[in-house]
Amino acid sequence: MSESSSTTDVGRLILSADLTIYNAIEAKNQLIDAVHTAQTLELDLAQVGEMDTAGFQLLVLAKRESQKLGRTLRIVAHSPAVREVIEFYNMVAFFGDPLVITAAERN
Amino acid sequence: MDEIFSVFAVEAHEQLEAMEAGLLQLEQGDRDPETINGVFRAAHTIKGASGVVEITVVEKFTHVLENVLDRLRTNEIQVSGELISALLKGCDHIGALLDMVASGQMEADDDLKASGEAIADELRTYAGGAPSPAKSGLPGEHAGEVQRDGGGDHAITDCWHISIRFGRDVLKNGMDPLAFLRYLLSLGEIVHLTTLADAMPEADAMDPEACYLGFEINFRSHATKDQIENVFQFCRDECDLQILPPNSKVVDYIELISHLPEETMRLGEILVKSGALTQEELDEGLVLQQKAAVAAKAADEPAPQLGEILVEQKIVQPEIVEAAAVKQKQVSDKKAAEARLIRVQADKLDQLIDLVGELVIAGASANLLAQKSGQTTLVEATSVLSRLVENIRDSALQLRMVQIGETFTRFHRVVRDVSKEIGKELELSISGAETELDKSVVEKIGDPLMHLVRNAMDHGIEASTELRLQRGKPAAGHVGLNAYHDSGSIVIEVTDDGGGLPKEKIRNKAIERGLIQPTQVLTDQEIANLIFEPGFSTAEKVTNLSGRGVGMDVVKKNIAALRGTVEVQSVEEQGSKFIIRLPLTLAIIDGFLTSVAGSSYVIPLDLVVECIELKNISEDRDYLNLRGEVLPFVRLRELFEVESETPPRENVVVIQFQGQKAGIVVDHLLGEFQTVIKPLGTIFRHVRGIAGSTILGSGEVALILDVQSLVQRCASLEEQHAKAGTTKPKQLSST
Repeated sequence: MSESSSTTDVGRLILSADLTIYNAIEAKNQLIDAVHTAQTLELDLAQVGEMDTAGFQLLVLAKRESQKLGRTLRIVAHSPAVREVIEFYNMVAFFGDPLVITAAERN
Repeated sequence: MDEIFSVFAVEAHEQLEAMEAGLLQLEQGDRDPETINGVFRAAHTIKGASGVVEITVVEKFTHVLENVLDRLRTNEIQVSGELISALLKGCDHIGALLDMVASGQMEADDDLKASGEAIADELRTYAGGAPSPAKSGLPGEHAGEVQRDGGGDHAITDCWHISIRFGRDVLKNGMDPLAFLRYLLSLGEIVHLTTLADAMPEADAMDPEACYLGFEINFRSHATKDQIENVFQFCRDECDLQILPPNSKVVDYIELISHLPEETMRLGEILVKSGALTQEELDEGLVLQQKAAVAAKAADEPAPQLGEILVEQKIVQPEIVEAAAVKQKQVSDKKAAEARLIRVQADKLDQLIDLVGELVIAGASANLLAQKSGQTTLVEATSVLSRLVENIRDSALQLRMVQIGETFTRFHRVVRDVSKEIGKELELSISGAETELDKSVVEKIGDPLMHLVRNAMDHGIEASTELRLQRGKPAAGHVGLNAYHDSGSIVIEVTDDGGGLPKEKIRNKAIERGLIQPTQVLTDQEIANLIFEPGFSTAEKVTNLSGRGVGMDVVKKNIAALRGTVEVQSVEEQGSKFIIRLPLTLAIIDGFLTSVAGSSYVIPLDLVVECIELKNISEDRDYLNLRGEVLPFVRLRELFEVESETPPRENVVVIQFQGQKAGIVVDHLLGEFQTVIKPLGTIFRHVRGIAGSTILGSGEVALILDVQSLVQRCASLEEQHAKAGTTKPKQLSST
């Protein structure tokens, strides 16, 4: 399939399941498809309850894939679990997205 | 060596207090991650420090505690009452261990060990599935010591460098690198971590269930190489693990770089960034590498590529330098903040205060001489001098001042524990925590305060919530601690909004005990203060009856020993307020100078009510009529057996202490006097009636009267008189 024909300007992918090894295969397909379909992909991870290293790898993969294609991938919302893993792995700068701590979480 | 331990114990206690405060905050619903981090840091600091001074019992135990806190920090477990209780018990145990260390013992006795094990086991249930680290995680220091040979250049870093590439199947085997790295935190601090995903293939070829990650970690820890390796025990076979000890040779790093699968240039950069190597060290590496290249050429082998990398490396130098500069600034800022506080030995401070006391005395003497000489310029000079001396005295005394807040904060814990213990809902409010008072007073006020607060919770607050609601009060009992300065003294208040003192019952009890006569009319205030009478104490009956009074006389005595007073105000059904009044310092007081037969005596000025002339009193009487009141008195001349002519006119200093009045008969009244209290030597320890000595401007010694014992003596004499009639007591015994 031709990429340009199926590409939208801004796409948004909301992941609501956990990002763990148990559903890594589905998640990979979902993420890579999304990267291929949108020029700018906004990834909403606010609902992700749990993320492990497998899930983290997928995010890295998606980011790298989108960079390779000259596209933009932005994570627009992090759940605490996601944020914690990205921070622990010291990869905040790699993703380059602002990590927003909501008022509700603070309290 | 001992000094190290005591400094360690003091600092660890401070950390413990911080931990306890943080834990209590958590329990009260504070979910600020900073609070949890604070508690974790405190535990971590204790562990680190105990490791440094090699007190392994503390280190091991704190390690268990830290594991739990870490899980709390990562939200793996949630805050609960039981968890906080367990953690607080852990804190108590560490406190006990520290006390043990402070007393010079290095190994816990059996009791302490057993209780420690029990608490550790309880904590481990929260620490989750990880193998009990205190048992298996800390093997002896033997095999792990990494060889460090002389010669060659060593990288200046106090961190381990861990380089790990996880095997592809790690995730499939149910292990998560995250878990290992988090567990690594239990051994020390990850200073810098770089995640490398370079091994990950293109999207099509990438297996989402395989692990492609590697990490370069700068790790600060006192652990041995074995211990660090053990962290990765379960995945050891599947991953590529390289551990460089702190201060490894630069060549070792270079070797590491060339060994790793990633591009060497990138790795060099990572090493510099993570602080494992400095630019300088890399430059040295470059030189070494070139030498190696020369050698290699000689051996007709291809030169290693590293030289190029290091040249590349120089390009990124400015950034690194900048980063280093920022970091350096942070470090020096932190040091400056630390420098604002200086730890001083208490004896040195006491010595200074002693010297200042001497200065006050010497100043007084210079003043006296100047005045006698009549030279105006000299008088002026000495008056400037004495003003300065006064300032120095005030600042020296200020040095000993500490805020009472720390003492107050301890009560959060007490209130919490008692609340759980007796099943009353209680809350504590603290105000005036920044009020300052003398360190020695702070130390001694702890016990009486504890007594009052416990009493307020135990007996003051109503036992049933219904009763409180019925009286229109909130269900939770309220206990308050308040402190403020009031004209040269500090006032500490302990308030509760409980049932107040039952006046009628106290009055009846006092009559029964013979403390007051049935016909005596007492104000409410006087009745309330009866609970401080010695006759009102200790018996269990009294507790049940009055609700208050256990050991109140002891409280009063302790406070009196600090030259302080305590009184109570109480409104029935609304609550009570205990008011403790303490002098700001114990070293220097305002005195009232008197003399008998040429010797000087000082009476604390606060206690003096008035002075009257002694006349028309026959030699053998020792009470007088003071405006219709009977005032017993003591003649200092008789008391101290001074052999001299009685002057034609004698004076009575009327003093009041603990509500009792008494007179002290002296020859002359000399007026107010700044008194530097000097303790009497041990020889005079048993002399009653004298509290201490001081030195006058003239160089003479003056004795400070122990008013408490004099008043008590008067009171008991009065009693004896009432019973026996005539016997005239003689001097106080002195041994």
